[in-house]
Amino acid sequence: MVAKGEIALAPCVRIRWYAAGLAVALAAPLCPARAQNITGAGASFPNPIYSRWFLEYGKLHPGVRINYQPIGSGAGVRQVSQQIVDFGATDGPMTDAQLAHAQVRLLHIPTVVGAVVPVYNVPGTGAALNFSPDVLADIYLGHITRWNDPRLRRDNPGSALPDQPIAVIYRADGSGTTYVFADFLCKVSAEFLKSVGRDTSVSWPVGIGQKGNEGVAGLVRTLPYSLGYVELAYGLENGMAFGNVRNPAGMWVRASAESVESAAQAALPSIPADFRVSITNAPGEGSYPITSFTWLLLPEPARDAAKGRVLEDFVRWMLDSGQQQAAAEMYSPLPKSLAARVRASLNVLH
Amino acid sequence: MLQIETTDSATNPRLLLRGTSSGRFRGKMADRAFGSAMLLCALSLFLIVELILSALLLKSRLSIGQFGWNFFSAKAWNPVIGNFGAATFLFGTVLSSLLALALAAPPAIAAAVFVLEICPRALRSTVSFLTELLAAVPSVVYGLWALLVLVPLMRRPIGPILKLLFGWTGLLEGPNFGVCVLTASVILAIMIFPIISSVSRDLMRAVPVEQREAALALGATRWEMIRLGVLRNARVGIGGALILGLGRALGETMAVTMVIGNHPAIVRSLFAPGYTMASVIANEFAEAGSDLHLSALMEIGLVLFLVTTVVNAIARLLVWAVLRDRPARAA
Amino acid sequence: MPGALAARERARVASKRRRATNHAVTAIAVLSTVAALVPLVAIIGYVAWKGTSSLTLAFFTQGPAPAGGGMANAIVGSGIVLGLASLIGVPVGIAAGVYLAEYSHGKAFRNIVRFTADVLNGVPSIVIGIVVYAWVVERQQHFSAFAGGIALAMIMVPAIARTTEEMLGTVPQSLREGAWGLGIARWRTIVSITLRTAMPGIITGCMLAFARVAGETAPLLFTAFGNQFNSVRLNEPIAALPLQIFVYGMSPSDEWHRQAWAAALLLIALIVAAVALVRIFAKRRLPEGWR
Repeated sequence: MVAKGEIALAPCVRIRWYAAGLAVALAAPLCPARAQNITGAGASFPNPIYSRWFLEYGKLHPGVRINYQPIGSGAGVRQVSQQIVDFGATDGPMTDAQLAHAQVRLLHIPTVVGAVVPVYNVPGTGAALNFSPDVLADIYLGHITRWNDPRLRRDNPGSALPDQPIAVIYRADGSGTTYVFADFLCKVSAEFLKSVGRDTSVSWPVGIGQKGNEGVAGLVRTLPYSLGYVELAYGLENGMAFGNVRNPAGMWVRASAESVESAAQAALPSIPADFRVSITNAPGEGSYPITSFTWLLLPEPARDAAKGRVLEDFVRWMLDSGQQQAAAEMYSPLPKSLAARVRASLNVLH
Repeated sequence: MLQIETTDSATNPRLLLRGTSSGRFRGKMADRAFGSAMLLCALSLFLIVELILSALLLKSRLSIGQFGWNFFSAKAWNPVIGNFGAATFLFGTVLSSLLALALAAPPAIAAAVFVLEICPRALRSTVSFLTELLAAVPSVVYGLWALLVLVPLMRRPIGPILKLLFGWTGLLEGPNFGVCVLTASVILAIMIFPIISSVSRDLMRAVPVEQREAALALGATRWEMIRLGVLRNARVGIGGALILGLGRALGETMAVTMVIGNHPAIVRSLFAPGYTMASVIANEFAEAGSDLHLSALMEIGLVLFLVTTVVNAIARLLVWAVLRDRPARAA
Repeated sequence: MPGALAARERARVASKRRRATNHAVTAIAVLSTVAALVPLVAIIGYVAWKGTSSLTLAFFTQGPAPAGGGMANAIVGSGIVLGLASLIGVPVGIAAGVYLAEYSHGKAFRNIVRFTADVLNGVPSIVIGIVVYAWVVERQQHFSAFAGGIALAMIMVPAIARTTEEMLGTVPQSLREGAWGLGIARWRTIVSITLRTAMPGIITGCMLAFARVAGETAPLLFTAFGNQFNSVRLNEPIAALPLQIFVYGMSPSDEWHRQAWAAALLLIALIVAAVALVRIFAKRRLPEGWR
């Protein structure tokens, strides 16, 4: 049970995965004193890294099983507020009203930094397309409807943009990915802020809705001349084309571990004590503009003290060795000083 | 009588005795207990209705109080400012279902006629087996097939061909992405085909043979016999079968959600994405952020329940009216 | 004379037209049956083709993994949820059917119950899902296999009640009267004679209800919910084949598409097996019984 890191290398590893899962499943009913089954739900944006963390943590702590369901940030917020699940996860920080409404006090624990990328399926374009913020906003507002629109051509002088309608695809379910994307569009377009706004689900004026990052990525993959937005990891994992976005410093930036980390670093001074902060459109030449923290939502105090202790232990592990695995799943780790601040905030609890 | 001989109690004298003498009182008590248990289970059907209605009514109170009747006419569905209306979902549900019914009804009835009146006996069981098999395919599998096979086909070549043939109606405007109301209707039509066909077949079979013989004796051709002897007599019931299919289409969730495009808008074009009541629940229910949003979804569930119940009730009454000697309107 | 000739001629033309219509209609019926069967066969064929090429050992023995993996968790999960649903739905459904056929005296009451069952059969399954969410999930404060089982049982009960009632209705009254005449208690008559006689039909009804809920996805979305682990606990979220098909089918991953097809094939095979079992069973038992 000491396998570390080398997931998806060889079939034998897969069998070990299964064996681990089976062992846990069989062991769980046998040793009820040590078994802890914890259920969490929420953001699908960080699901790849969370799945990995919970698996690795489970291997280190036989008997602990954290079942995480990526059903969207909106659900994470609502269900942890009603204590349907043991913890939640979200990509958009909860509003004051939501916090006041929750049945329990909730802590925001930032876990990793992620990015939302515009993925597209346009046959015949070579290099990655450039999307300026105002063009993205106007595509999602329905003002730009064709790929060969003059403004798209202006930003992509070298690309052969076809005379085809843009199939605009968005998330049909409540999601932090939508929150981050809409939050960004609100910052760059007054019209978007006024007529759409930011939330985990918004009323898109045009487009096709699909469920989950999987659904959006899946449809973009199969539908020619489509444009959607997904979490960076989903785009990379499925080998999809995604565009560069212009940041406030005027640079075309491609989402990557470095450009995302740069955005987080740039935002550090503005992070409040409860860690609720939006870092889209962060300053800095190398910063990718559609970037966000993602948070775990922990009830404090936990309904079941034993589960609360396990979750706290998990958070400490996550802030330490967990962070080192982030890059493998295409997320940027928290800036070191921020991780230290989160750890310090846990100490205050006791 | 054969049956009695094969059952334990009839062949075992001890059991018979127990019923007659010693255990008469106990038997009566047991009888009463057994009967009550059965009654309780029968009443559980009402309990289910009660559970459905009370949950839906209770949970949608917030939304009903907030929006009143405007809920049905308002087109906005905006979680950001908490403004919800169901008009687009009602429109999408009714449009996709009616279109599906229009697509499925003629071939379904024709297939029923074929199997019953024309088909060689040897082929009959194969055709009805295939139809039954289709009824056994789960909704999500239809959705899978529709998303991965039908959608690309609708983009090319089916969409452009349809546009060429029916473009003049103005119902096929705008870009055709394959993920649209039309695709949803096609997959719905395929899904409701078996039920319409099999119920119609049952109804036609229930038409007395004398009707057919009378028509044939008058020198009618086979078609005339079918038209006068079968269809005319079964038409009320066939209407019921169609409405039954409509009810199925109205409530269908998974396959529609996967291909309809999930965009709430009232658009004339069938190539445009739409949204149905069932789909919006499937997509947003677990993820609803606010209580009002959840309540609005519950109200949509309530509307869906009421609409399908009324539609099914009408269908059942029509089918019963034909299949039973007397109409079941007394119920 | 010319008038009579003309009449005969008209009759000849008319009969020609009638025959032509007859042939045309026959052709239309044949063609539309064939046309309707094309997508049907295409779907089954496609699932069979894609599914068989994707059914591997790993599919049955492994849980979801970042690369590869299988649907062992969903197969086990579906088994548990369906088992639970049958455990609740079958006895309650049969008992309700027994009451309708054997006990209810008032015709009005009987018709009302029957009608309720018929209408319940038409309630969209997604509605059942949100109702069970409100009553069970929200109260228990967690998704669970149990909630999924309840939701499916709620769909099974009315279906089984109706077929049981119908099947009991075909049992000749003389059988019951014979038993009563011998002084056998009513409940014993029902258990040992009426139910037993109608058993093949009732089992058919149960299998068909089982086949129907086996593929249900919508009621499980907010109840059983899904689980990427191999869970066997009733009070925890649990995976199910239809849920997994939904998520995998919409994803961009070719590997997941393959697994979705394999799961679809497995699910259809399960359902067809249930129906086929019924047919074999019914063929052997029904004719002796009451035909």
